[in-house]
Amino acid sequence: MNAIEFIFAGMLAAATPFLLAALGEMVVERAGVLNLGVEGLMALGAVIAFIVVYHGGGHFLGFVAAGMSAALLSLVFAFIALGFRANQVATGLAIGILGQGLSALFGKTYESLTVKGLPKIAIPGLSDIPVIGGLFEQDIVVWLSLLATLAIWATFAFTKTGLVIRAVGENPKAAHAIGYPVIAVRVAAIAFGGMMAGFAGAYASVIYTPLWADGMIAGRGWIAIALVVFGTWLTGRIFLGACLFGAVSLMSLAAQATGLDLPSQLLSSLPYIVTIIVLGIISADRRLLKLNGVASLGEPFER
Amino acid sequence: MSSFALPTLVRRQRASLTATLVAPPAALAAAIVLNLILYMIMGRDPLAVLHAMILEPFLSWASFSEVLLKTGPLLLIAQGLAIGFRAKVFNIGAEGQFILGAIFASAIPVWFPQASGGWIWPTMLLLGAIGGALWASLTAFWRVRLNANEILVSLMLSLVAAQFLYYLLLGPWKDPAGFNFPQSVMFQYDAMVPTLIAGTRVNVSILIALALSVVAWVFMEKSFLGYKLQVGGLAPRAAGYAGFSEGRAIWLSLLIGGFAAGLAGAAEVAGPLGQLQRSISTGYGYAAIIVAYLGALHPIGIVISSVVMAVIYIGGDNAMVSANLPIAAVRVFQGSLLLAYLIAVAFVRYRLEWPKATHTVAKGSTP
Repeated sequence: MNAIEFIFAGMLAAATPFLLAALGEMVVERAGVLNLGVEGLMALGAVIAFIVVYHGGGHFLGFVAAGMSAALLSLVFAFIALGFRANQVATGLAIGILGQGLSALFGKTYESLTVKGLPKIAIPGLSDIPVIGGLFEQDIVVWLSLLATLAIWATFAFTKTGLVIRAVGENPKAAHAIGYPVIAVRVAAIAFGGMMAGFAGAYASVIYTPLWADGMIAGRGWIAIALVVFGTWLTGRIFLGACLFGAVSLMSLAAQATGLDLPSQLLSSLPYIVTIIVLGIISADRRLLKLNGVASLGEPFER
Repeated sequence: MSSFALPTLVRRQRASLTATLVAPPAALAAAIVLNLILYMIMGRDPLAVLHAMILEPFLSWASFSEVLLKTGPLLLIAQGLAIGFRAKVFNIGAEGQFILGAIFASAIPVWFPQASGGWIWPTMLLLGAIGGALWASLTAFWRVRLNANEILVSLMLSLVAAQFLYYLLLGPWKDPAGFNFPQSVMFQYDAMVPTLIAGTRVNVSILIALALSVVAWVFMEKSFLGYKLQVGGLAPRAAGYAGFSEGRAIWLSLLIGGFAAGLAGAAEVAGPLGQLQRSISTGYGYAAIIVAYLGALHPIGIVISSVVMAVIYIGGDNAMVSANLPIAAVRVFQGSLLLAYLIAVAFVRYRLEWPKATHTVAKGSTP
């Protein structure tokens, strides 16, 4: 397999943790809340899923448990950031530290154990196409993530739910005046975002690299938050961004396979460096950010 | 309608001074109780953990001197970060600035292992501070020139810094006689910060940290520049009219934060470690964020909160040995402490108002 085929085959799976977490964060931010705890939420989801799968609970149950536990932790964020109108940056950082701490605590006895991943499902015909055929042979969670992406896009494009979430994010005072429950919508968005981050962590620990190691999320949660900015709060662009990052994170493996003599640490830091560069390029276009940005992002709502 | 009602937060006419002073200790007490419950669920004896974590650090001079040793870097980094936080510049990349400080400082003993003289350790500290400030200046440039979010950029740069450190320690800076361990040569005597208290590892860097705390206090409370920086955080437009641009505030905040964190990194390799290692930081850069908030972003409060955080570190080490508690418990404690503080601090600006009961009110209802 050459490097290009390798990247096409692995890109979507590598992109899935970024995609799930970033879509969740996009919904949270569109409701006007900035939750910086994604890294910790992912770590918690990852360890919970791993423990469930390791003890024979199966992947489905693992994902459910991961989604629920991360949603629960994100509700702690909601309770403090919305209930007590605390600084959202500080609250998110605290949730991130707490989630990473809890994951290390729970995962202590599972360090470097492994579980079985999931088989890949090929779409007949399409998966036989040369070069890009690998794109059409993925595990069930990747396929479901693509469906989720479509569903979230459609929700914002066509439904009243999407409109209400946007209204609450753009102008909470006005949304409140028309009679929308601002706090309730935000809490629901935060819980959804937490659940998605939990799924993202679960995918990383029980399917993508089915093993547990402390710190295995390795900044993916932060890249997911950056992806929301790259994607300028739009589903399609976030999907493309996640694919880019999936490809970038595969490049270190591809480079080794082709015998490129680069220090492995440079390749490991490639996703972070690309994040910094792309963030600079996108943010420099202030008009673009303004166009789809959320007006009241990060501001507490007071009646 | 339902027979229970939730209390509401009502904004106070002016911030409550009592609440300001009570919030940090109240949050600490709440975090201790919460974590003890967690240890009980984990099947540990909570009293043994409490003893090891909170009391033991004060019971022997050997333990307490280690607390002082840990206080140094936390105090330095937190003072630098707090200045930025008050100007609403969220530099959360102190971890990377700390690492770069350690690397810059190590350049002298790694490249000139035979050099001697009293100039070496002060030069290393200065180099470290410059290294930290340079690393932070990348974030400042990205924020001011490219409008990129400083939270994300500074955090990403920390992850890059960690990889850069591993590269040096596994490659060009690896000690050839070090049995392949990822660490540099041991530093020569003159590259070490002088010890302050004989028989302990406490060195003069704690004095530097305290001196810079005084400087931070004067800067924030007495100087015009510090005043403008704070106004910029509270009301950017007003600061703009007063001729102080947001860009300058961001540059200044990040350079100060990077300088302090870099100095702390240099003091760590030239102090207790004596060489550049893979594990030069146990999350100081992130813990210092909590220290800064817990100290109410005030230079004097930060002096106290950095000691508290150092006790948690040393106590966590003790509890790992005597109560068989995983070291990750320290991170859990840190996270829950900041959360408890954020709740407590809400009562500085708001008071809880219970709705007047018309029927019997269901007590203990949670939102």
